[in-house]
Amino acid sequence: MSRKSLTAMVAITAASATALAGCGQAGQSDSNGGGGGDGPAQLTMWTHSAGNEAELAVYEQIIADFNGSQDEYQVVTESFPQGAYNDAIVAAAAAGDLPCLLDMDGPIVPNWAWAGYIQPLGIDPAITDNLLPTAVGRYQDEIYSAGYWDAALSVFARQSVLEANDIRIPDLDDPWTIEEFDAALVTLQEAGYATPLDIGAEDAGEWWSYAYSPMLQSAGGDLIDRDTFLTADGALNGPEAVEFFTWFQSAFERGLASDSGTIGNTEFNADEAALSYTGVWNAMDSLETVGDDLLILPPPDFGNGPVIGGASWQWGISDGCNQVEGARAYLEFSFQDEYIAEFADRQVVIPATAEAQELSENFAEGGPLYPFVELSERFALERPPTPAYAVISNVFERAARDIMSGAPVQSTLDQAVQEIDTNIESNDGYGF
Amino acid sequence: MSTTTPSRGSTGHDSAARDAETRRSKDEASTRRRRRLLVGYLPMVLLAGFFLFPVIFMFVSSLKPDAQILGDIGSPQAFLPVGDISLQNYSDVFDRVPVGRFLFNSVLVTTCIVGLGLIVNSMCGFALSRLEWSGRKVLLTVVIATLIVPFETIAIPMVYWVSKLPTLVFENNVPMYDFGWLNSYHVQIIPFIANAFSIFLFTQYFSTIPKSLDEAARIDGAGWFTIYRRIIVPLAGPAFATVAILTFLPAWNQYLWPLMVVQQESLRPVMVGMQYFFQLNTAWGEVMAYTSLITLPVLVMFLAFQRAFVSSIASSGVKG
Repeated sequence: MSRKSLTAMVAITAASATALAGCGQAGQSDSNGGGGGDGPAQLTMWTHSAGNEAELAVYEQIIADFNGSQDEYQVVTESFPQGAYNDAIVAAAAAGDLPCLLDMDGPIVPNWAWAGYIQPLGIDPAITDNLLPTAVGRYQDEIYSAGYWDAALSVFARQSVLEANDIRIPDLDDPWTIEEFDAALVTLQEAGYATPLDIGAEDAGEWWSYAYSPMLQSAGGDLIDRDTFLTADGALNGPEAVEFFTWFQSAFERGLASDSGTIGNTEFNADEAALSYTGVWNAMDSLETVGDDLLILPPPDFGNGPVIGGASWQWGISDGCNQVEGARAYLEFSFQDEYIAEFADRQVVIPATAEAQELSENFAEGGPLYPFVELSERFALERPPTPAYAVISNVFERAARDIMSGAPVQSTLDQAVQEIDTNIESNDGYGF
Repeated sequence: MSTTTPSRGSTGHDSAARDAETRRSKDEASTRRRRRLLVGYLPMVLLAGFFLFPVIFMFVSSLKPDAQILGDIGSPQAFLPVGDISLQNYSDVFDRVPVGRFLFNSVLVTTCIVGLGLIVNSMCGFALSRLEWSGRKVLLTVVIATLIVPFETIAIPMVYWVSKLPTLVFENNVPMYDFGWLNSYHVQIIPFIANAFSIFLFTQYFSTIPKSLDEAARIDGAGWFTIYRRIIVPLAGPAFATVAILTFLPAWNQYLWPLMVVQQESLRPVMVGMQYFFQLNTAWGEVMAYTSLITLPVLVMFLAFQRAFVSSIASSGVKG
């Protein structure tokens, strides 16, 4: 480079640096809430609902109503696709760029509380006291999140099919025992259903813990020792767990269930599967397809009563939020029964308050989906409220998949316990 | 007469026999050629079909409702536009996702990464291959060594750093500075302009161009930039084509990085949009319609530059 051009470049660089230094710093309208102007303070809010028009429509209504109801705060929302949401949150936390308000899946709440992403919720206790217990996220007895709804799993069946095969129709007080359930599946297989149960094993990720750990709990096992939250030993690899997973493995070996097929309820709706272990979110489609013949049955009792996984999406406030009072004001405003009922009917999820349930078209007593309210009230159990859950869930899925594919039950569970315990130990017990 | 006639007859017979023989050998040669062609082309046709079937399945399924897509799987109908055919999935895609905006963002980001990448990486390759300066071999080794670091391992530290970098903003037409590149186009572009693999390719290719050209140009008074622009660049067409293609695809397919650094929907690229369709129950028809829409620009680009693409592979010995 010639001396002249080098000099020119140095001069331009110096001039640019001087000019930049002479500029003032722009008003920090960071995503933690705040904003430098005279107008209302901005409350940023992230949801996992991008692509879900029904859910977004209700949020937009709440935000419009809240923004119009006062002039101190203005909620501004960004929506993310669900599959990418947690990664976006972790990245934003690394950059110190979390929004004030964010939603999260119930089981992840303790982890994010432990990691310092979110702070205690601090909204009026009258609101959280009125919600379904599984719609409130806790860590170390402190409330960190609250949700407008919960979901529930059940067994879908056709009344005509059960009656034609002389299979007893179970109810809340008298669910199928595991022996009855197994016998019913064998009968249905002999009746011509090649794979009588759509158990959903073609799905992946959190579904495995959400769907199959309640079966384990019903059998007397668990994902972790809930007295200490420090070890999975005895809970995940004890005799009850081994007994359950032995049945689980045998169900696949005998072709009573399979991991092929499509995610959702397609096989049941097409009458290719006689029973479907599935969630409330699939109920409307099945009602439309099957009509009055549809039965929404409690999950089978593996020995200690039926269990359903609890906790769905909930709202929390980030630890770095600069407008905590505004965030709390918004959340308190949003927990109105009308909004909760609207979510329930549009999203096909169980409303978190009794009042909203009565307002709901689908979930009010006598409504087509009321059985899910009863199932949730009677059998819902939250997934272990520990920061280790994220790891536990991954390890559980891997172990359950291996067992499904024929791995020895006891040693696979022992290995899973070892992985979980090592992780808990290396994180100093996650605060327990 | 009597002696010639048989002779003529014999000659005519021989000639006819020769003609027949010639025709037969030609026919046989033609048959052999056809057989050879068939043997040669059949595997290629099968292979082409093997690669085309997913694309055909995607386009055909984008015209079918979910129930039919799932019902047709496992039968040849999955590849045929039969049954309840409509453009409803495309209409639903536009309702659910701002496709036009996402496409615009991807085109902008990809064009900038490819365009600026060609300039920066070729200049870097030029400096490493043509200029004599101490440490260039060490630097080239360091550049190549960075290839073994997976992007995923440095993604979070990079997010941290780009969130702290200064940037120029305008508030009421007044230039101000601020910190943080998140939620911008440049955070999706700048980190991917310099590319170790591209630098390596350019360095290698430029090394094959005789240095006597530089020396002659230097004698004629040309500076290094003139040599780069007037001599090296025109001679390195295949290298530029290869790098353009190898840069285009990952830039178009970016998912993890924009997911982490872009929170505003209006700045998201097409691949992040894919996740919009994976709710509790996947809308497969819409997924196929969306993938068809975002695959089209890539297919168009490939068809438009097919000749350059193939020749660049042939001449550079690199395939993507």
